[in-house]
Amino acid sequence: MFARRRFAVLKNLLEYVGIEPGRLHFSWISSAEATKFQETVLAVTEAVKALGPAKHMIKDIRKVA
Amino acid sequence: MSTTQEIAAQIREAAKRLLSEGKVDCVIGFAQGTVPMRDYPYFAYTPEEAENLTWSRFCCNNLSNFLIRRPKGEKDKVAIVAQGCVSRNIVGLIKENQITRDQVYILGVASPGMVDRNKVQALFPLKTITEVIEDGDDLIVKGMGFEERVPTKTVLRQNCYTCVMRNPVIKDEMIGEESALTHGGNIDKVAAPWEKLGPEERWAAFQEEFKDCIRCYACRDACPLCYCHVCFVDEARPQWCGKTQEEADVATFHILRAFHCAGRCTDCGACESACPVGIKMRKLTSKIEKDIRELYGYTPGMDLKSTPPLSVYKPNDPQEFIK
Repeated sequence: MFARRRFAVLKNLLEYVGIEPGRLHFSWISSAEATKFQETVLAVTEAVKALGPAKHMIKDIRKVA
Repeated sequence: MSTTQEIAAQIREAAKRLLSEGKVDCVIGFAQGTVPMRDYPYFAYTPEEAENLTWSRFCCNNLSNFLIRRPKGEKDKVAIVAQGCVSRNIVGLIKENQITRDQVYILGVASPGMVDRNKVQALFPLKTITEVIEDGDDLIVKGMGFEERVPTKTVLRQNCYTCVMRNPVIKDEMIGEESALTHGGNIDKVAAPWEKLGPEERWAAFQEEFKDCIRCYACRDACPLCYCHVCFVDEARPQWCGKTQEEADVATFHILRAFHCAGRCTDCGACESACPVGIKMRKLTSKIEKDIRELYGYTPGMDLKSTPPLSVYKPNDPQEFIK
């Protein structure tokens, strides 16, 4: 419940700086909800695959070092 | 409305009285800087030192920052000169149990609105300004071979235009009279300027604004909210955030810094004033403040009673983003 408020603010902030909507997911799953967990994971991976590789916040250690 | 010079004289009087009566051990205020438009935080421990105190439109630091972790060996009671935003941060510090109310004696002043020295300098490109004097509603800007009047209203800091609380919210003594609460600007019209852009444009705008960041952490150090003993950027084990000036590291620092201040930031503008390269980080932080206002109806630091928005919840908080 506390986290819900924090995540609401964090999600808005990340989308505000240009992280695509759909890269960040939140869900409430009980340890007893195996099916929901599986469904959510599938949905998340699908959504992220559709967006393709991340374009931002990437640090190439070979270039930096 | 008293001029800042008159207020300064009254601050000196009050400070001398408090120090000589032994009511406080130290008065935290401002002293005139050695370069124009840069008055600096000053700690007066004796009535003689109190003579150096001043008050002007160049007092850009947030003094409540100095109430945190006072050096050992000094006694506790301090007086502090506080306008609206500083008093709101003091409220925040009391709420977060960093200080107690009876530790501080608040000399309240109405904020005249502080001057953004970068804006003044931008009016005189490539010229060295040697002196800036306040004269009524104008600034007299002097340098080698020129002297011009600039209306103060045109060179205030952005956050001062949209201030909602110029008068101190808590005080033990008021210096001068209270002023109108706002400067007339509407924060909701200017907050979160990148909202109207698409994701790619937002990222580009974000990068453009922060590309000059040298990771000096002046914004963090000037901020009265940043009092962690070890900041996440200084932590080495584990290293949360790289120390380079790469896009990813700079972005991580600024996003997290902003997020740590969520629901606590009073929009005092100390971070922007402290930045040596003139980054307008309020373009980022204003988004969070706007969300906190809109989602949870909270404005930080306005009173001692209300609970910080991120330490409570309501069953009906927005949650359409949770699947």
